[in-house]
Amino acid sequence: MGRYLAFRLAWLVPVLFGVALITFVLMHTVPGGPWDRDKQLAPQVVQNLNRRYGLDRPLYAQFGRYLWGLVRGDLGPTYTYQDRDVMVVIASGLPVTATLGGLAFLLALAVGFTLGFAAAVAQNSWVDYVSVLFATLFASIPAFVLGILLVIVFSVTLHWLPTSGWGTPAKLVMPVVALAALPAAYIARVVRASVLEVLRQDYVRTARAKGLTEQAIYGRHVLKNALIPILSILGPELAFLITGSFIIEQLFSIPGVGRLFVQGVFQRDYGLIMGSVLFYTLVIALLNLLVDMLYAVVDPRVRYA
Amino acid sequence: MSTGQGAAAQGRPVAVPRVRAPRSFWQQSTRRLLKNRLAMVGLAVVLLYLIIAIVAPLVSPYDPAKQNYDAILLGPTGGHPLGTDGLGRDSLSRLVFGARTSLAVGLFTQLIVLTVGIPVGLVAAFSGRRSDNLLMRFVDIVFAFPDLLLIILLRAIFGGSIFMVFLAIGLVNWVIMARMVRGQALSLKEQEFVLAAKAIGVPWHSTLIRHVLPNALGPVVVLVAFGVPRAIFAEAALSYIGIGVTPPTPSWGTMVQDGYSVIFATPYPVLFPAVAIAVVMLAFTFLGDGLRDALDPRHAGLGKMR
Repeated sequence: MGRYLAFRLAWLVPVLFGVALITFVLMHTVPGGPWDRDKQLAPQVVQNLNRRYGLDRPLYAQFGRYLWGLVRGDLGPTYTYQDRDVMVVIASGLPVTATLGGLAFLLALAVGFTLGFAAAVAQNSWVDYVSVLFATLFASIPAFVLGILLVIVFSVTLHWLPTSGWGTPAKLVMPVVALAALPAAYIARVVRASVLEVLRQDYVRTARAKGLTEQAIYGRHVLKNALIPILSILGPELAFLITGSFIIEQLFSIPGVGRLFVQGVFQRDYGLIMGSVLFYTLVIALLNLLVDMLYAVVDPRVRYA
Repeated sequence: MSTGQGAAAQGRPVAVPRVRAPRSFWQQSTRRLLKNRLAMVGLAVVLLYLIIAIVAPLVSPYDPAKQNYDAILLGPTGGHPLGTDGLGRDSLSRLVFGARTSLAVGLFTQLIVLTVGIPVGLVAAFSGRRSDNLLMRFVDIVFAFPDLLLIILLRAIFGGSIFMVFLAIGLVNWVIMARMVRGQALSLKEQEFVLAAKAIGVPWHSTLIRHVLPNALGPVVVLVAFGVPRAIFAEAALSYIGIGVTPPTPSWGTMVQDGYSVIFATPYPVLFPAVAIAVVMLAFTFLGDGLRDALDPRHAGLGKMR
């Protein structure tokens, strides 16, 4: 387990290097530069700016310098916010993105698990049908489409919730719900299938035969075993939540990391682009790793050698 | 049959032995698919969407790009069944032509995914450890890349025409196909019929095409069925952010973006394209789920693939 963890962590280095290299090449291939304005800057000014940020040097030297900074935990300068560097800007967006993603994840887990479990326990009852209907409908509606539908109902028609911004609980409701619906539906499906599968196992029949109460059967045997397949989908699900969040950030004008990336692309802010791409890659990789580790903890049959 | 005829001639009822040609895998799958009601609903909507996209000029009441400043932001009325947008363009016509755009994106990206993903997956599985490792590590890195971010970057580079939208989305999504095909091929490689083909001296490339590929086709079909709505979503998201299809071309994503800015004046310009995106994605998912259950019964009922 320790060796496996070390191997997975070490593998992050080439992945981050590869992603950094691809991003670097791509963003320098994007036509235009960070100094393009509606009003053309004087050539001398552009030259000075390029020299100031090292953009006059050959690309391999720029990339080398960036990597050297990365090793020391320096994500380089941004051209948009003159008094702050990329690390500070991303650190300011991080709590916002994390709050949004975290709340959506918890909501998705709570709703998905409850629905899936209830549906499996009361298979073929109206509870089951309602939850399957929910799971089927919401499993393929993109978050930003759902977000728009929510805005139409709760802001435009009912005037209950504000359409954009960040900071008050009311502003959180729609983005979190929009983001959580799809994973909730997906989790509900998997939980239902997995609980039904466990209920068919011999050890459940044995538990019934020896006279355990239904409560004990579900709490002791079913729940634990049903968790295993659910864990395996949580990694990709979390990753999906995180990348999905930046369109939701865009839709509801939420000042998170996702908006920084979009802004970076539009303004050719190389530092912001690199920083946010690496941030997302690292977060997704670490979450996947965490889930794989949890998997081994929950299921003793899983061994990583 | 002759026994049956003989018995019938003697006027006795007989149990006719059930002589039936064994059904092929694809026939069985088709039967399973036809029995799946949700999948049939999905298929019906997908077909309707295809037809609308193909005959777009015939069914759209107006020119989708025609602006009419005397008729801006109308609600659904007799003249404009779905109303008009902020520039007085007919929403129904734009929706119909937008279906064309999203269908083109869905199909062409899958074409790229197939032409890149299948060969890479097959080559990785059959070409020996070293190149397999190299290819798969590259696939891992592209896979680790947050996909929408990569699409946006590629899109910013390529600029311009709609073909570049296909290219950007396709170049990101082929890795899923490559991984799946490699996994399939690796397990098929050890199967007896492949070993047998090898033993009687069938050259490896015809083994690949005649024996391995047909057996891996089921999951490929399923992946394409899920890939089309993914691509449609990606295009809508790109156009929504403002770097998708360039303006005169109608696209559901662009309509959503335009409509969202006037949402407090009237919700219709954003409502209809949003619903259209949701319905088409739902239909493809129903169809994809059904296809997976039909083609890959081992995985039936285990949630959807991403």
